[in-house]
Amino acid sequence: MIGQGADGPVYRVSHMDKSSRVGLVLVALLIVVFVATPFWGDRQTMRLLCEVFSYIALASLWNLLAGYAGLVSVGQQAFVGLGGYALFLVGLWADRNPLLGVPVAGIVAVLAAIPIAFLLFRLRGPYFTIGSWVIAEVFQQVFLQVDAVGGGSGISLPAAIVRLIATGRDAREYLVYWIFLAMMVVIVALIVLLLRSRWGLALTAIRDNELAAVSNGIDVKLTRLVVFVVAAGGTAMVGAMIFLQKMTITPVSGFSMNNWTVNVIFMTVIGGIGRVEGPIIGAVIFFVLREMLADLGSVYLVLLGLTAIVVMLWAPKGIWGYLADRHGWQIFPLSRYFEIPGKEAARAPEMDRVP
Amino acid sequence: MQWVNAVMQGVLLGGLYALFAAGLSLIFGVMGLVNVAHGDLIVLFAYMAYFAAELLGIGPFASLLCVVPVAAVIGYVLQRGVLNRTLGADLPPLLVTFGLSVIIQNVLLIFCTADSRKLQSGTFELASWKVTEGLSVGLLPLTQFLCAVIMIAGVQALFYRTALGRAFRATSDDPSVAQLMGLETKHIFGLALALSLALAAVAGVFMGIRRSFDPSSGPLMLIFGFEAIIIGGMGSLWGTLAGGIVLGVAQTVGAQIDVAWPILAGHVAFLLVLLIRPQGLFPKVFR
Repeated sequence: MIGQGADGPVYRVSHMDKSSRVGLVLVALLIVVFVATPFWGDRQTMRLLCEVFSYIALASLWNLLAGYAGLVSVGQQAFVGLGGYALFLVGLWADRNPLLGVPVAGIVAVLAAIPIAFLLFRLRGPYFTIGSWVIAEVFQQVFLQVDAVGGGSGISLPAAIVRLIATGRDAREYLVYWIFLAMMVVIVALIVLLLRSRWGLALTAIRDNELAAVSNGIDVKLTRLVVFVVAAGGTAMVGAMIFLQKMTITPVSGFSMNNWTVNVIFMTVIGGIGRVEGPIIGAVIFFVLREMLADLGSVYLVLLGLTAIVVMLWAPKGIWGYLADRHGWQIFPLSRYFEIPGKEAARAPEMDRVP
Repeated sequence: MQWVNAVMQGVLLGGLYALFAAGLSLIFGVMGLVNVAHGDLIVLFAYMAYFAAELLGIGPFASLLCVVPVAAVIGYVLQRGVLNRTLGADLPPLLVTFGLSVIIQNVLLIFCTADSRKLQSGTFELASWKVTEGLSVGLLPLTQFLCAVIMIAGVQALFYRTALGRAFRATSDDPSVAQLMGLETKHIFGLALALSLALAAVAGVFMGIRRSFDPSSGPLMLIFGFEAIIIGGMGSLWGTLAGGIVLGVAQTVGAQIDVAWPILAGHVAFLLVLLIRPQGLFPKVFR
């Protein structure tokens, strides 16, 4: 952004700093390494990475909702399951490449999210949270009752349709893997771009002080609606890919609160809510712990719950928030620096901080 | 006649839902806290009653004598030790109680297994009172409904006729001014959660006598309580009872249409109220 004066630019706002230059180079290197996974990793590694990527994408979208727009939804599993079912039905009914179902899932979720938002936005603050849970329950109940989508036993993708993705098992798995990777990269990149735009400034303002945001002319309701609908579409597309890989979906697995919301919330809270980096760091920690403690089952969930509570009480900005505040780090160029030619750049005060 | 019967069952069931809702509504009114773990606490108290009955050889109603005080103490300690630190913003209390909900579910799963259990109250469960030919009311649901009404009346009286109730209302209106007037708000909040969980304990025992429960039953209890609040209108205790009754009737009538429908019918009733009358049937916002 450049401010124009009578004699040319007076000031400009830049986002990049030293830490984000280093950060972006690291991110680029990691992406190269992950694009090449089929050449260095085995099938199991690729499966695990697909899961990690899908959770980073889901957690980033949830963070956009809860951490920026103040929409603490515990019903995002509604869109994960809806996306999964949309993809399966496109595959089955249209007898086409099921990958076509991914954008369809996004569109279906966007169309569903608009009336849902119309209802849910009548509930304020914490009541919105439980309302979103009811919506997800309604989805599960409805899919349990409808025989056309298999009722309680759900649907599986026949092998003949799976083969339409690509010829050969390796080709299919590589393609699915790269789509997961691309999806995560695109979602995180879009969130970064969104936060750098006018909308992002509006969202940050809403996050920090809703009343002040309103009085500065921000249409809070519209901004929230856009975020809710976009997050629903993204979540459904990720859900579609998750169930494409599982090849079977039931109302219980599709609309699972534990899998698609509890885990996602814990990742985001532990990593750092209200920061783009938070869910990514949180997801990595989640999977490292899970690989170490996999056989603990319920105990693992209890430990995660305790960790989330401790983080919320003593470091509410999460692990990344704590580090970033201490050292002024950012991986993605999101801060706003105010530069006046001839003078030293100054960081816009508190613009990127959780209050 | 079976429809009249379904409606009657629904009304009586509504008393139980009003009890789920009363505790939830109370703390939201006093301190703006939504306790996501409320349903799981109800289930936890049902388990406590179950083990108290097993160990002491007492009936579930007698177990109330030990479960309710324990619940109140848990509430006070939980509020002063943990939740008081989170108040002020929307996000921390939600996420902390959400974490608590997951912890309670999984701890119950570890120690009590996933088997479903039920509290046994003997022959009382089967006794019924014949109103007319083809229409009879179970004594157990009737007793529970009357207890729920009495308890809601009690909480209402406590809120509007006692010094503690005045303190609750004052902190609800403005915690900092209440503090300036010499009220220790942290203590008041502790008492509010203690009362809320005492209500949850009664709700848990009643629920456990009526239907079987397992460690994952909690979220549905939370949702039913929440739906009763929204249907009835936020901030009104009698409205909460009305909301519980509407929800109960929707469920039993839904079940009459198709056995698979009760929960869905309840959700639909909730969504319809949200669509047509978002402020609820009897709104009176005391916050």
